[in-house]
Amino acid sequence: MIREAAQLLLQVRAISKRYGAVQALSSMDFDLAAGEVHVLFGENGAGKSTLINVICGAVPPDEGEVSLRGNPIKLRDVHDARSRGISAMFQEFSLAPHLSVEENIYLGDEPKAGLWLKRGVRRHGAKEALERFGFDLNPSTMVGMLSRAQQQMVEMAKALRTGPDVLILDEPTASLSEKETETLFSLIRDLRKQGVGIIYITHRIKEIKEIGDRVTVMRDGKPVKTVDAGSTDHKEFVELMIGRTFDNFYPQFTCEPTEERLTVENLSTVSGHVRSATIKVLAGEIVGLAGLVGCGKSEIGRAVFGLEPILSGSVKHEGTEIKRPTPRRMLDRGVVYITSDRHNEGLMLLRSTKENISLSALSLSEYSRASWINRGAEQQMAQRVAKRMKVTPLDLSKPVSAYSGGNQQKILITKALARDTRVFIFDEPTVGIDVSARVEVYKFMKDLITAGESVLMISSDLPEIINMSHRVYVVKDGEVVDHMEKSEISEPRLLNAFFSGTKEVA
Amino acid sequence: MNRRDGDKRSADATSWLRQAFIHLGILPLLLVAAILLFAIQEERFYSSLNIFNVVRQTTFLLIVALGQMIVILTKGLDMSMGAVVGFSGVVGALAMKAVLGVAPDALLLGGIVAVLAGISAGALAGAFNGIGVSYLNVPPFMMTLGTWTSLVGVSLLLTKGMPLTGVPDEFMRALGYGRIFGLAPPVLVTIILVVLVYALLNRTTIGRYFYAIGSNLRAAKLSGINASGQMFFAYVLSGTFAGVAGVLFIARTGSAEALNGSAYTLQAIAACVIGGVSLFGGIGKVRDVLLGAFFITILTNGMNLIRVESYIQSIVLGLVLILSLVADQFRMKLLK
Repeated sequence: MIREAAQLLLQVRAISKRYGAVQALSSMDFDLAAGEVHVLFGENGAGKSTLINVICGAVPPDEGEVSLRGNPIKLRDVHDARSRGISAMFQEFSLAPHLSVEENIYLGDEPKAGLWLKRGVRRHGAKEALERFGFDLNPSTMVGMLSRAQQQMVEMAKALRTGPDVLILDEPTASLSEKETETLFSLIRDLRKQGVGIIYITHRIKEIKEIGDRVTVMRDGKPVKTVDAGSTDHKEFVELMIGRTFDNFYPQFTCEPTEERLTVENLSTVSGHVRSATIKVLAGEIVGLAGLVGCGKSEIGRAVFGLEPILSGSVKHEGTEIKRPTPRRMLDRGVVYITSDRHNEGLMLLRSTKENISLSALSLSEYSRASWINRGAEQQMAQRVAKRMKVTPLDLSKPVSAYSGGNQQKILITKALARDTRVFIFDEPTVGIDVSARVEVYKFMKDLITAGESVLMISSDLPEIINMSHRVYVVKDGEVVDHMEKSEISEPRLLNAFFSGTKEVA
Repeated sequence: MNRRDGDKRSADATSWLRQAFIHLGILPLLLVAAILLFAIQEERFYSSLNIFNVVRQTTFLLIVALGQMIVILTKGLDMSMGAVVGFSGVVGALAMKAVLGVAPDALLLGGIVAVLAGISAGALAGAFNGIGVSYLNVPPFMMTLGTWTSLVGVSLLLTKGMPLTGVPDEFMRALGYGRIFGLAPPVLVTIILVVLVYALLNRTTIGRYFYAIGSNLRAAKLSGINASGQMFFAYVLSGTFAGVAGVLFIARTGSAEALNGSAYTLQAIAACVIGGVSLFGGIGKVRDVLLGAFFITILTNGMNLIRVESYIQSIVLGLVLILSLVADQFRMKLLK
């Protein structure tokens, strides 16, 4: 399966990259042969994205060397990389939503005579590119009007138009249906036959088996091991990835739910992202809310916390109906929503850790009288809860931006502990954090449940849903399409509900 | 090996400078440079009389800058402060005239009415800005720019374009050039305001929330903070501060004019930004605004002393402002 050295296309030697306090890559080695699919596998934050950003020229490395066909190269930017035959398709699309399909395909590389755009050439080229790869799209449609899968096709056509030798795919199937995934895979097989080297990032072991040749597992910005995709089994992959055995990754616990804490009945939002959703969360249990990215599961949590205007239906907390939820009202009732977007709506990155932790609790009489802050009480409380959440190394006066992603997530969760919180709505609780922080977040959830609190865990991470939930609701297109008790939770049933919205196991 | 050590040392020095820049901004550098430059060029610069002058001149700017700072902390901007200074002066003077017109001997009453009317006029103008920005979602720059031009119009209408004179000498002595505890009244008022703003921003939830909504509005809302109310209050405060400056201004000059204090808007913004208050919100210290206001006054004062033409002066002020904005951008990048 592994090609000879002569066909070595791309080599990465001892690449390091640091962002502030975070060492994203340290002495990373990687190579890619012509005509192979080389999978990069690892936790969020393992450094995969940084590595491909270096390879595609988006980010200059601090140290190390990238060589193409044995010649060391210094990439100025993405454009430079593309002209040398390295093309990338990102998970976060680099598309301009207000431009048309063809404009996007040629963005940054428009065919022109002087300043004059050659629109005919562009139209023709775009059409040809779309047809060649079997994408059924109209080149003049505005990209913002397309579905996510279609946008992915545009992104793909853009990456492939220049006929690259090295193609980077960052979780290309994250938002695709099974059929679309099949189409993508056959396209990848064709490209492989043509001698294109493909770097493929995925979290799905099933895909590695299906499409991968070699797999490099990454952890903490370093390569752990490069293995053959065919002869490595599921358990080995996971153990390589997390650096410990599978068994103690998720805590062992049993839920003994008691009374109803949070009840959502026939909830629909004004935005239409949630349609007639009904869920229940009891005291002492973790309820998983699963589904694909953008299915509306997050909006259910947001609506409960007053962040999404409610069209109809009801939200009840401990039996009391809350007519118009607002963050203030919900916080006062002991309900907290812990956002998935900690940078944009969770933390004040440039303010101190203490201020971040105490922000929502400051108005309580323990910490202020007639708006005069009791700084001693504030300091003590922040110290106490941050220690409980194991924020390390803890310095309450440091701005939050100085911490790693895992610690930032812990600080975000710590905010909820500053108040007397009984219902925790976690939205993607472990997104972008390292393994040790992840383990601590899970343990924290377990402790909450043991103490009789309630957790609603909104997550796109399947293993997390499977291992942590006492019950699971599956959301598709804003509707709750399936509900499973602990004993019924299984990956096939979840996936089936994700994609087809039915309860039958495929 | 040696070379590497040398590299490391210079890297340490660079990183120390970098840290100093990140924490303090560009101000200390500029302040030291300005003081040295003027002291070398002109010895009158450090005479006690001139120092007294600088302190007194700084008071007005500082009062306005404190209000401006609060607004900028919330990621806002108050372009109308200069116009509010003029407007509240006009309202205060008119109110006093009205009282003295009825009872020419009621000087104390007239003075109190003038102070209250002037400050309330400022607060009202601020409330107007606040409603626009926080409840009607008009961008702060445009809202306060609109208020600026409209208010100048209102003041001109009220005064029919003429300066209002005839402010009684007693009023001017009480709030202008007299002495309270050995201090000029504006200096005393400024000291009180500095202490109050310091306490507000550092010791109360209201102040903490100003920082919070400027730092991350969405995070503040998710933490249950009444962001609209807070923002409204920030503009009321900036209006009130401009009102205080307006009243003190008539006490010092003895007349009220629509365009009194119009230079303060930009100077106050400059004082804040030079003092490291980030226009991106959420960052800034009272201490640094104090230094910023002093720097601007010293710059103007020093340039006057060494006889720099006023045209050149405005060029220098403008360039210093731009320089500090560029430095601010750069600083933000380093902070992230």
